[in-house]
Amino acid sequence: MSARRLDAGGRIDRTCPVSFRWDGLTYHGFNGDTLASALMANGQTVLGRSFKYHRPRGIMSAGVEESGAIVSVGAGARQEPNVKATMQELYDGLEARGQNAWPNVHFDLGAVNGLFGRFFSAGFYYKTFMGLPPFEWGRGTGLWMQYEKLIRKAAGMGAASRDADPDAYDHTHAFCDILVVGSGPAGLNAALTAAEAGRDVMLVEQDFELGGDYLNDPAAEAERAEMVAAVGRAGVRILTRTTAFGLYDCGVAGLVERVTDHLAAPDPHLPRQRFWTVRASATVLATGALERSVAFAGNDRPGVMTASAARSYLNRFGILPGQRVVIATTNDSAYGVAADLAAAGGEVTLADARDEVTSAPAGVAMRPGLAPLSTVGRRGVQGVRLATRSGNGWSQAAHEECDLLLVSGGWSPVVNLSSHRGAKPIWNGDLACFLAGPTDEPIHMAGSADGVWNREDCAASGVAAARRAMGEVVEAPAPGGWVRPIQPVYEVRLPGTKAKAFVDPQHDVIGDDVRLAHQEGFVSVEHLKRYTTLGMATDQGKMGNVIGLALMAEALGREVPAVGTTRFRPPYTPVAIGALAGRNVAGHFKPLRRTPLHDWNLRHGATMTEAGLWQRTWYFARAGETITEAYIREAATVRQTVGVCDVSSLGKIAVQGPDAAEFLNRVYTNAFAKLPIGKARYGIMLRDDGIVMDDGTTWRLGEADFLMTTTTTNAGRVMVWLEELLQTRWPYLRVHVTSVTDRWAGVSVAGPKARETIAACLELGTDISTEALPFMGVAPVTLKGGVKGLIARISFSGEQAYELYVPADQGEEMMDLLWPATEKLGGCLYGLEALGALRIEKGHVTGAELDGRMTIDDAGLGKMASSKKPYIGAALRQRPELTRADRPRLVGIFPKDRSQTFNGGALLCAKGRVSGFGEGWVTAVTHSPALGHWIGLGYIAGGHEAWAGKSVTAADPVRRGNVEVEIVSPHMFDPEGVRMHG
Amino acid sequence: MLRIACPFCGTRDHSEFSYGGDGSVTYPALDAPMQDWHDAVFLRDNICGRQVETWQHVHGCRMWLMVERDTMTHEIFSVRPAHPGLAGALEAAE
Amino acid sequence: MTRFTAWNVFWQGMTGQKGWSRQWRDPEPKAHYDVVIVGGGLHGLATAYYLAKAHGLRNIAVLEKGWIGGGNAGRNTTIVRSNYAQPGNREFYEHSLQLWENLSHELNYNVMFSQRSHIALLHSPGAIDAAARNYNTMRLTGTPDTEIWDLSKLKRAVPHLNYAPDARFPIMGAAVQKRAGTARHDAVAWGYARAADALGVDIIQNCKVDGIARGGGRITALETSRGRITAGKVAFAVAGSTSLLWQMAGLGRLPIESHKLQAFVSEPLKPLLDQVVVFGMGGAHFYISQSDKGGMVFGGDLDWYKSYAQRGNLPIVQDVAEAAMSVLPCLGRVKLLRHWSGVVDMSMDGSHFICKTPLDNLYLNAGWNYGGFKASPASGWWFADLIANDRPAPMIAPFDLKRFERGVQIDERGAGPDCKLHG
Repeated sequence: MSARRLDAGGRIDRTCPVSFRWDGLTYHGFNGDTLASALMANGQTVLGRSFKYHRPRGIMSAGVEESGAIVSVGAGARQEPNVKATMQELYDGLEARGQNAWPNVHFDLGAVNGLFGRFFSAGFYYKTFMGLPPFEWGRGTGLWMQYEKLIRKAAGMGAASRDADPDAYDHTHAFCDILVVGSGPAGLNAALTAAEAGRDVMLVEQDFELGGDYLNDPAAEAERAEMVAAVGRAGVRILTRTTAFGLYDCGVAGLVERVTDHLAAPDPHLPRQRFWTVRASATVLATGALERSVAFAGNDRPGVMTASAARSYLNRFGILPGQRVVIATTNDSAYGVAADLAAAGGEVTLADARDEVTSAPAGVAMRPGLAPLSTVGRRGVQGVRLATRSGNGWSQAAHEECDLLLVSGGWSPVVNLSSHRGAKPIWNGDLACFLAGPTDEPIHMAGSADGVWNREDCAASGVAAARRAMGEVVEAPAPGGWVRPIQPVYEVRLPGTKAKAFVDPQHDVIGDDVRLAHQEGFVSVEHLKRYTTLGMATDQGKMGNVIGLALMAEALGREVPAVGTTRFRPPYTPVAIGALAGRNVAGHFKPLRRTPLHDWNLRHGATMTEAGLWQRTWYFARAGETITEAYIREAATVRQTVGVCDVSSLGKIAVQGPDAAEFLNRVYTNAFAKLPIGKARYGIMLRDDGIVMDDGTTWRLGEADFLMTTTTTNAGRVMVWLEELLQTRWPYLRVHVTSVTDRWAGVSVAGPKARETIAACLELGTDISTEALPFMGVAPVTLKGGVKGLIARISFSGEQAYELYVPADQGEEMMDLLWPATEKLGGCLYGLEALGALRIEKGHVTGAELDGRMTIDDAGLGKMASSKKPYIGAALRQRPELTRADRPRLVGIFPKDRSQTFNGGALLCAKGRVSGFGEGWVTAVTHSPALGHWIGLGYIAGGHEAWAGKSVTAADPVRRGNVEVEIVSPHMFDPEGVRMHG
Repeated sequence: MLRIACPFCGTRDHSEFSYGGDGSVTYPALDAPMQDWHDAVFLRDNICGRQVETWQHVHGCRMWLMVERDTMTHEIFSVRPAHPGLAGALEAAE
Repeated sequence: MTRFTAWNVFWQGMTGQKGWSRQWRDPEPKAHYDVVIVGGGLHGLATAYYLAKAHGLRNIAVLEKGWIGGGNAGRNTTIVRSNYAQPGNREFYEHSLQLWENLSHELNYNVMFSQRSHIALLHSPGAIDAAARNYNTMRLTGTPDTEIWDLSKLKRAVPHLNYAPDARFPIMGAAVQKRAGTARHDAVAWGYARAADALGVDIIQNCKVDGIARGGGRITALETSRGRITAGKVAFAVAGSTSLLWQMAGLGRLPIESHKLQAFVSEPLKPLLDQVVVFGMGGAHFYISQSDKGGMVFGGDLDWYKSYAQRGNLPIVQDVAEAAMSVLPCLGRVKLLRHWSGVVDMSMDGSHFICKTPLDNLYLNAGWNYGGFKASPASGWWFADLIANDRPAPMIAPFDLKRFERGVQIDERGAGPDCKLHG
């Protein structure tokens, strides 16, 4: 290939030179170039290496279907592999490299693979690499794993950076009446028609300029400019550099807009790309058609490309891509290319494989009846052997020297997007292509995407598609439009010869691979695709699929439609994962829920931990303290004096209405109907299947007014559940539920001095004595300074304890009162770890014990299941396996040697029988300041009574190993609750 | 993306909603026999085609809805409040 | 049949690949079979293979409405592991893993089972304890390759995960199964098909069951698109469509819903990730590995709503991409090549059914949720055992349709009787 930039012509801006680097060397191009066109103008022919055989590859197209010029762009954390050079706009400072080659694309040691090509047939790897060669001796996967290492290194294309992508991506949303994809003659006309009829239209173009095929024809520039101006005037919303990559249900399209990929120094405030979710009432697909090649020996040699690509390089980029050009065609479309190249000074020979041909354009040598058989040349094409039809096959007929071979094997309308919607492509034998099948959805094909080849007809097709999209019934131009029909050629080869004729050049799938697949019974298109990897490469078979299907049809002695076609999957072209993720990454990956006291806690030394989406206080370490030292001190302080813990994240649901008590009576296992006003009650709710869902206290604030609390992690689920029950099962219950979790800031104040601490913070004269506010009592209170809130005497820690709630925005005020009072009495702040220690000592359950598999009896709370009234889960909790005596029961666990510790997650096994599932497991372990040693909670078959005096091993082979333990009652501290009631 | 016409909020992306389940299930009385509960909780028609299902507009009005939808094409035929009183009131208002 | 060996690859390469024959025949269906398996996916094909291989049956047909392996066999993310902890699942998946380990040799077909380690990331002390319980259970039930890794060990093994302290969910450690990994999904279907075919099993493609004739508490015949076929025993292995066939047999409702699960693959890359990495936190779920061809293969949650359509929707695409970026922030510039979806049987407890049915000669294999790929060898093994002996072996005794009546829910997640929550 001896491409050269012409002095004039094309759409590039010759006044605006741009320098860029390719494989470490600096080159120059112009504004308006793609990386491919700039490299071509600089005489670079080998731009990549193929997947399997590492064959040198050059530019094969001028668009998204590119299979040769696939490169890596950028450096460091911004290195992007597998960029199609034909789609990468050139900018000043662009840095690009060849890939899948070592040391470089010009000299690649991997090319040795080509020598073994005869062994590397389709699916050969399923037949070996299992064991010791040559007969695959052995067992297991050991040898395969060794082979696999080598295979993985050889496979892959480009290398991704291992550093975090430093760029940002945006998500945005849009609505429109009509979404038009593609801005060629059909798309522009569709957009204009719809917009002039008053519709809200979005026009999406993957290229950086509007015009589609107009851009390749200087004579049409006036018409293009006029149309572009008209759609602008008509108010069409235009997105260039934007690919509609997928169509989804209900008229939703996914688009990706490349915002800064073409800029040398992008504004740092701009995202790299923008992902659009567009909801359109109707969609017009004017997505064009892609020219395909023909399979023949050496059809992948640099210097072989599609005919239309040459037209694009000439007319759009001002490059004469070759001096001595052979064009091999099967249809009329290459004639214009021949004429343009000849007019630009090329020596053009046109080989038309059809029996009857049109007369040659001026200056073009005509070679009728000939098709390409093989190319010759080393790095690039230096000549082509041509063949003529002979019987059912071909025979060699001629040789032409050339430095550029252009091939037109036919055109494939881009039906990918309609295929996303399940519209099955239908083979059109006259045009030798698939057209979009019918669909009930408001999707309308237009232009060459609908098999309409002539520009005037494409324009009319666009108009018709727009009018159909607006609900009119109109005739559209019929597919077709060539003067002489296409006579498709899919493969040219001499009988009995072995040569690599590429069907899917990206994955190095050759014609023989298709035939081998047939020979081995992989005849359906899905099997063909999977066995040979045809169409699985980054172009998703845009060029190769039709050829592959045709070869399979030939092998089967059937027509193409009998083989079928695969369904195209989104995305149409590959989409950066970063764009799909948008801003919801790093710290913004999921919503972060903070309590109203979060900042206050941090100011007072809190270390936070994750609890679902919440961050909760974990512990408050003093200088030099470890987490263990900190929580033991905190827990001990609570038992000795007083501690304050942020419990704002607990779910809070207002349950209100005349039937609220009845509703709670059904939701909880225990009775709530007669709960007095001003009292709280601990309740357990089950799922329909009788397994524990959640627990918490519910406070009766008034006759028809309850405040339910839930665990932090289940708050959302319980709220949804209550709403579901009220709206779908018991719509006659007069109850309203409202999530008020965010309304309140709450603390638990626990310890022998809890009352004293709180009293010091309340308005003078407030009586919270046991008489005024007994255990489980609830009352409104006013803090010093006037903050109004609620107080409930509830204990999770087993101490005299209160929960105090004030409006969220007054939480810090509450803390500023409470904390000095606490400190004054020698108290402390405590976090989840200490809370855990306190509740484990008491045998109170949390999510670790209520893991969605345990019954209320398992948890030792069976007495809370009423036998006097029905409730959710009452029926199914009675199923036989759930009521067995040897079910696991909640127990306490002491290490036999009290100086030892053990781990949550250990299995409880009878001593000497440390195997199998064990007899139970440890759910939680803490150091108990009250008992002075490590203790745990867990489950064991039959409960602690069954294990009294027996030796049990807590087996933790993945971490600590075995520890001998004793099984005790789960109520390990103050079982009578003296302190709590005190 | 499904687009669900919430009777209270208008048409919205399905990502605002959460799918409940088979809307044709009738849950028995709380004191009904175990077998009735078993069948209601565990057994499903699992229709391929047009089914009635529940969704909640969880990031909107939080109303539970009865959606009639084709489980193969995803086409939505009707949306009404799951609460029969609300459904009736809306129907009456029409 | 030409054996698959390095020698034959060499020899066929030298002689023009002429000696490779069809990997399985394309027979016309016979009027009668001793056993007809409906469903030419991994489970149906594996069942046919083990029926022929281990139980000596020969007159077996596998009926496939499309092309074998065209359903979930080719739509999954290819992960093989046995880190299930609930009794029943534990033994079953461990047995499956053991079958996987020698499957290439067993079938003489390289299914490329790569035991590259399965790493589940952990983000809280509670999660570490919960994982430890499961992995301790694995250790004590015959799965020695389990470990809990601390952060430093994890960083050495996978240096480019997101270890940023300001990550939304900072990583604290990982639960690792070393014998777990990935396999080449299509190869498994083809390998079983080829091996079953060699033992005389008729694999009949493009054969859709349109009707089921019953009489005397039995299935008497299947009306198919390729004619009427009678069978001594009939076995359903059509996950995704189980309910449809079940209702065609007049059997009513099942504890199963069909949901769609998406899968994703990136463009091929040079080696970037050597293990399977799994993330689950804050309501998100994500798993990723790299195929031997170089594509990053990943997935996440169901699309949440019931569906029989083999196509996914955008919200889950976004969710999965967000998780991908949060776990491996270097994936930002890696491009998604394709995403697709499979229809899975989601069961009411997240576990499967291999069992007898109300009809004497009908057997059911269904309800695979997310686990069908990794389960397929053991599924075939035990389903064949059930069909051949007409009684469930202890290994599959828990997996019957009556278990919910008994009060047994084999619920790894503790999610309860809501199909969609068992991902």
